[in-house]
Amino acid sequence: MNNSILIIGATSDVARSCAYIYAQKQYNLVLAGRTPDELQVLAKDITIRYDVSCSYFKVDLMDTSTHAEAINSLSEIPDITLCFAGYLGNHELAINDWQEAERIIQTNYSGVVSFINLIANHYEAQGQGSIAVLSSVAGERGRQSNYLYGSAKAGLTAYLSGLRNRLASRGVHVVSVIPGFIDTRMTEGLDLPKPLTASPQQVANAVFKAVKKKKNIIYVLWMWRFIMLIIKLIPESIFKRMKL
Amino acid sequence: MKTTVANWSNYPSKESELTYWRGESIDDTPWIARGMGRCYGDASLSDHILSTIKHNHILDFNPEIGEICCQSGITLNDLLEVFVHKGWFLPVTPGTKFITVGGALASDVHGKNHHVAGCFGDHVSHCSLILPNGQRIDCSPTKNSEIFHATRGGMGLTGMIDTVTFRLKKIESSYIKQRQIKAKNLGEVLELFNEYQSHTYSMAWIDCLKGGKNFGRSIMMMGEHAPLNELTDQQRKNPLCGKSGLNINMPINLPSFVLSNFSVRAFNFLYYNKNFKKEIENTIHYDPFFYPLDSILHWNRMYGKKGFVQYQFVLPLNSSEAGLRKVMNRIQQKGWGSFLTVLKLFGKQDSLISFPMEGYTLALDFPMTKGLFTFLDELDQLVLELGGRVYLSKDARMKAETFRKSYPNIQEFLSILKKINPNPSVQSDLAKRLSIIAS
Repeated sequence: MNNSILIIGATSDVARSCAYIYAQKQYNLVLAGRTPDELQVLAKDITIRYDVSCSYFKVDLMDTSTHAEAINSLSEIPDITLCFAGYLGNHELAINDWQEAERIIQTNYSGVVSFINLIANHYEAQGQGSIAVLSSVAGERGRQSNYLYGSAKAGLTAYLSGLRNRLASRGVHVVSVIPGFIDTRMTEGLDLPKPLTASPQQVANAVFKAVKKKKNIIYVLWMWRFIMLIIKLIPESIFKRMKL
Repeated sequence: MKTTVANWSNYPSKESELTYWRGESIDDTPWIARGMGRCYGDASLSDHILSTIKHNHILDFNPEIGEICCQSGITLNDLLEVFVHKGWFLPVTPGTKFITVGGALASDVHGKNHHVAGCFGDHVSHCSLILPNGQRIDCSPTKNSEIFHATRGGMGLTGMIDTVTFRLKKIESSYIKQRQIKAKNLGEVLELFNEYQSHTYSMAWIDCLKGGKNFGRSIMMMGEHAPLNELTDQQRKNPLCGKSGLNINMPINLPSFVLSNFSVRAFNFLYYNKNFKKEIENTIHYDPFFYPLDSILHWNRMYGKKGFVQYQFVLPLNSSEAGLRKVMNRIQQKGWGSFLTVLKLFGKQDSLISFPMEGYTLALDFPMTKGLFTFLDELDQLVLELGGRVYLSKDARMKAETFRKSYPNIQEFLSILKKINPNPSVQSDLAKRLSIIAS
């Protein structure tokens, strides 16, 4: 299917901005997410705004047994897949509560891997396709304040780099999107430093460009590449004593 | 997390808890809804503010009749971007497109076509409202009509406007056939308003500092949506084009001395004399016609950190001319002119609590200075004696007593609010200041 795109985690702020950009370029959209009510509203909104076709289906990334069926039920699988699903969770709670920890790990890592595996295999078989997945700078080095979320994103980042390596010669492109702070529903109420915080539109624009120009890893705001470089260079003997 | 929130005039500001509302049920802390924060005062300020700007989906559109149903946080700018190129325009628009639909209804905004089209609320067929007690109701001019009329211009005090349904109007092009006529003085411009009442859009820029025989010199501006056959060849290539020109940004607050009596006089002189001829006719894009100030993003920073106050009042038709003379004389004596002063003739308006009434309305900006509020209290007194009233969406300082005396249906409005917002769980600083709710 030409000029169409699948967006997973479509009700997030970044996903919605991305959907608008692609719809404006007259792509047809397929939205996926956990809340069909919200998806329905968004799909209709996009249809009215941009006169493109926009369908949706329900998928719960944690429920990996349903992924194959959800993908098979699509009449056609779009050639571009974007995944914006993520769950910050409550770190304090997750330290003592496995359910919360598992939810963080599954939503950010194993659930995404399960779904993207299926898409990747399909793209590999047809010899083309693009995948962009939202990871996080939290995955660059584990910090005491959010290492459960961070470790899941670290796994995801490693998965994406491996996937890119595997599919590079098969005509399939994989983009790792590693933004710093984004001003979204997930970070609402957090006191984020403004110059380091990207708007959902900024991230969406960056994703669109990265897919088009086949970039490999994007940080959205350039400062983050350096910040993370510095953070990664701090010797562990010092790092472990820091309050981060 | 508390943040400092101020609306467009940067006065007053307040430490508030601001959270985004996306349609979920609302907990019972006292709150007030806020859209783009383009009112000029404290109407959307409270300890707890629910911002609607992410509640902004278009839910339905009927292309046969142009009826749209949308969530309240969508901006007029968004709607224009979507619908102008499909051949539809807003039925009523104020001088900025950066407001939400919910705000447009809560302020019951008016535009240059008030004399023929009424207020925004006149075009709303129904709205879904979450009452202060959490109950969701549908209201319209016929269903729950009492609440509907209290919501129109009710400054958000009847609850949370969830969705709004209204009709757009059909256009052939996104261009406006504009006509500008210079008037030497107040008498002349009022005659022009009378003479050109049949024009869809009309307003005048007026020099409020010029005295003597040119007292009230103005430029009258009128417009009609341009039909296809009146466009230039260049315009006809893309008759429904959405955007015109670039926006520029005012990056910082200007020091307050920039807008002095002298600079305002100089601006007014240049603005009036930029039109060499007495009359100009041309066809321009709707953007500069309706939204000249929107192209300067953050133009409010021109007034400096201290902010400014906008003062808009309306006088009944029979006392309009004498009244305008009195008020403008008083402003000239004081020497506090505003550099964009707008005069407009309203048509008849049936409403419970909305601002417009048949007569002339004048809108002025005043930079914040010492003694300003005392002076505006004086103007209030004049307006009140003339049977007029002040626009709540532009107000940051009126006294409760003035408000009560000038809005004739206030008791009915208060009794409706008492019924649906008894505790009151919806409250704003404006409502407290004007004793609409007990503070």
